[in-house]
Amino acid sequence: MQLRRVVITGMGSVSPFGRGVASLMDGLVSGRSAVQYLPELENIKGLRTRVAAKVTRVDPMEIPRKHRRSMSAMSIFAVLAAQEAVAQSVVSAEHLENGRLGISLGSTVGSTQTTEEFFRDFFVDFSLERMKSTVFFHIMNHSCASNVAQALGVTGRILAPAAACATGCQAIGYGFELIAAGKQEMMLCGGADEFHPLTAATFDVINAASTGVGDGPERKSRPFDRNRDGVVCAEGAGIVLLESLDSALDRRAPILAEVVGFATVSDSSSIANPNEVAMERCMRWALNEAAVSAEEIGYVNAHATATEQGDIAESEAIYRIFGDRPPVSSLKGHMGHTMAASGSIELIASVEMMRRGMVIPTLNLDEVDPACSPLRYARSVEEAEVDAFIKNSFALGGVNSSIVVRRYRHD
Amino acid sequence: MTDQEIVELINKSLAEEFELDPAMMTPDVHIYEGLGLDSLDTVDMVIVLEAAFKFKVREEEEIRKIRTLGDIHRFVINKKKAIEQQV
Repeated sequence: MQLRRVVITGMGSVSPFGRGVASLMDGLVSGRSAVQYLPELENIKGLRTRVAAKVTRVDPMEIPRKHRRSMSAMSIFAVLAAQEAVAQSVVSAEHLENGRLGISLGSTVGSTQTTEEFFRDFFVDFSLERMKSTVFFHIMNHSCASNVAQALGVTGRILAPAAACATGCQAIGYGFELIAAGKQEMMLCGGADEFHPLTAATFDVINAASTGVGDGPERKSRPFDRNRDGVVCAEGAGIVLLESLDSALDRRAPILAEVVGFATVSDSSSIANPNEVAMERCMRWALNEAAVSAEEIGYVNAHATATEQGDIAESEAIYRIFGDRPPVSSLKGHMGHTMAASGSIELIASVEMMRRGMVIPTLNLDEVDPACSPLRYARSVEEAEVDAFIKNSFALGGVNSSIVVRRYRHD
Repeated sequence: MTDQEIVELINKSLAEEFELDPAMMTPDVHIYEGLGLDSLDTVDMVIVLEAAFKFKVREEEEIRKIRTLGDIHRFVINKKKAIEQQV
């Protein structure tokens, strides 16, 4: 079967830096941290986490109530990000409604906040008499995908992959494959998540979360750094509009980059512990599918969440393929780990880096952990002619994913 | 509670829940075409009314006949009177 070329023609983001890809890039390029101290976390017995990166300056009320009533925060983030991607790509209502545009969008779980609110009330007297009609729509696994479809009037395929921290990357990969196979012409793809203390607790209970406040919230997320102390949880949404190259050329859409390779593999060695062999395998398969050599990769956007095991394993996997040549960074130093959204938000930022001819470093990487392999860790914003990059997302549950993106060439 | 107080509490509760413009909330307004509510909203409307007036009406046949805001006013007023007569 002849596979079709797939390009990115729109991008949208709601991140801890605020609404829009522009604010995301402003925060990253200026080297700011979006991590905050959350005093309410002090009230949770047994939780050692005190910081997170939450979305601010977003007004849910701009979404009509008819659509908003079935949305938790993650769906609101996803809708706003999708609207931005659609606007950039100048997608018409006819495209949204013609059945050739689908959605591949996931979250780690449905809304934990809504689940908590429901059970908090339910356990008072074990009554369902106060259960609102829209509770289910907040907590179903495909909540974000369905809510975006409803809000935008999308009638094509709905896919809601869920692979924790690899969700956003997988969602883009699966959307890429659907278009390449000719099943859809366009796909709105990405991930979204909302912060809840249980998210932090998930990592804290396995001693993988950042704890306390240390030298200040803005210094807490430190991928690859010798003094890192774990994941800083965050929230947001990142959405890309993928489109067949033919469609993009036909309607003269802005072509921002081309998706050329995707791989996702199961690491069955452990449900929790990262493994460099499985990570390496994932990246090699993505490169192989892309027909892009390791030498052609000009930047590696690492998953690196600031856990000891994850950072060390990923650095070794990267080193085995790329050595110490291409610059490597993790954007989680700036904005923490946006969970299901991280793959897509960080891919969007990487596309922007490629378009702007720059590489953004890992914030708070003062001293590389000597246990990490000797990569070329980007330490400051640097000019770079990147023609292709690879973006990794690795998840609890033993799910790895990598995407290869390159500058669009008309050939 | 007077009938007027009941009407005001109904309007206030529904306006808050469904983000309705108080100026639209006249007795003759149709809850679907006029206020823009739908079948999901009517489920929540019952919950809102039950919470506001501390009664249970979900299974009542009369509630299925409601079409206008005035129907809601009359339904609640009659229900409150029926409860008071039972006490």
